[in-house]
Amino acid sequence: MINLHWVYVLVGAVFGAWSVFSARDRSNPKRFGNAAFWGLLAISFWFGDILGDFGNGILVLALVAIAGTHLLGRGSGESTRKEERSACSERLGNKLFLPALVVPFTAFLGTLLFNYTPLKALNLIDPKSVTLVLLGVGVIVALAVCYVWLRPPVFAAVEEGRRLIDSIGWAVVLPQMLAALGAVFAAAGVGTTIGSMASAVIPHGSILLAVLLYALGMVVFTMIMGNAFAAFPVMAAAIGVPILIHQDGGNAAVIGAVGMLAGFCGTLMTPMAANFNIVPAALLELKDQYGVIRAQAPTAIVLLIANVVILYVAGFHL
Amino acid sequence: MIDYWPLLGIAVVVVGFALRFNPLLVVAVAAIATGLLGHMPFERVLGTLGKGFNDNRNVTLIYIVLPVIGLLERYGLQQRARTIIAEMRGATTGRLLIAYLGLRQVLSALGLTSVAGHAQTVRPLVAPMAVAAAEKQHGKLDEATEERVKAMSAATDNVGLFFGEDIFLAIASILLIQGTLAGFDIQLTPFQLSVWAIPTAICAFIIHGTRLLLLDRKLKGGPK
Repeated sequence: MINLHWVYVLVGAVFGAWSVFSARDRSNPKRFGNAAFWGLLAISFWFGDILGDFGNGILVLALVAIAGTHLLGRGSGESTRKEERSACSERLGNKLFLPALVVPFTAFLGTLLFNYTPLKALNLIDPKSVTLVLLGVGVIVALAVCYVWLRPPVFAAVEEGRRLIDSIGWAVVLPQMLAALGAVFAAAGVGTTIGSMASAVIPHGSILLAVLLYALGMVVFTMIMGNAFAAFPVMAAAIGVPILIHQDGGNAAVIGAVGMLAGFCGTLMTPMAANFNIVPAALLELKDQYGVIRAQAPTAIVLLIANVVILYVAGFHL
Repeated sequence: MIDYWPLLGIAVVVVGFALRFNPLLVVAVAAIATGLLGHMPFERVLGTLGKGFNDNRNVTLIYIVLPVIGLLERYGLQQRARTIIAEMRGATTGRLLIAYLGLRQVLSALGLTSVAGHAQTVRPLVAPMAVAAAEKQHGKLDEATEERVKAMSAATDNVGLFFGEDIFLAIASILLIQGTLAGFDIQLTPFQLSVWAIPTAICAFIIHGTRLLLLDRKLKGGPK
């Protein structure tokens, strides 16, 4: 059965190749820093499960040491020039979109095929990670199509991918680091402390005030943790269940579902949600690393107000 | 007696980000400080950090698409995306992004959250198309306007993903809500929960869509 580990082997190979090509890139003054950083990630993907918790901790510290001492750089990189690209795109036309669409379509049609046909019974793919496995398959198919059709130099895919990953740099592992920080917060009891603080400040009697504090608590705690998943159990235990559901008799499904969505409004407004807010700024080469947060904050604030209204009306008056 | 000391870790994060230290460094220092203040031995802090990092490798997995995207960019994918918009009559940044918002919400609601995203679709297709449409409406863009249009493209992807996915029954957040409430003896089916994601999804579409139309109006004003 193909599971996530197969995809990890593939991802490790990609990072490993980036590491090797980084080491050989003389145009990058910090080439060994890049080589070490991507190499450590290759090790993480290949051997993470046999390194042990402490070994993985050491690996994390090594990654932090490289990024924290600014040992990551960028090469000038060999790629095509803008004029060449425009000429190419004229010549190739809209067919150029096809390989780009292979990846999403493989994931899309594959997931549907897998879930709604007898294919499921064959046990080919681990049902828990179907889309991610198919994403990996899609990448392989798309690369094959590109090589047959465009006949690029043998290592062009590695080099062009490296150009992009170098432009993101250390931000690549920030989301994973923040998830690990969440695990430490949980182990040290940060969540329960915040929960007891929240329940201590709740006044009795006003449903609207309790709803407001529940929603704002989700937002603030989500912004701190970068993740509504970490905030939900805390705020549910502090306000959602004891006050909104038990004391005030609110609709549990509404309190649960909309509470989480209020937290998502917080996700839109925090650099801690790095993969949604900081990485795209790097990917799009924005000057302002908080540009994406600035663009979505007004939506988040108005939507938060909408969520409070939904919580209040649907939770208590329907 | 509640121990408030571990909360200092949060302060480390906030201050570290505000002072613009390297975020990886900030997070690592915050984690170690929090663990030690929470009376965990150093070895266990490092182990917890390492395990958390290893268990969450799936969030970094998406970068395997970069070789494909990079290769196609080499042959002019972004230029093509721009050309197609330039030739399309009636295409505006706002309309284009509203269409993408709707598509992203529907795909996510069907559970297909990994089909689109910043690396897969926003960088190679959506952002260049949005910029091309803006150039059509506005003429040559100054740097701030181009940044704004690109940032809005990324924001539209986030809004579509976040406020579509909870309509899908088997998504992690729905299962987390169900599990958490079950811990308090409140039994709900995923369906009961996902139905209540729909009003917010509609509000998200209306609110963000309105902002995109306002962006259009601003762009139509032309360069100042």
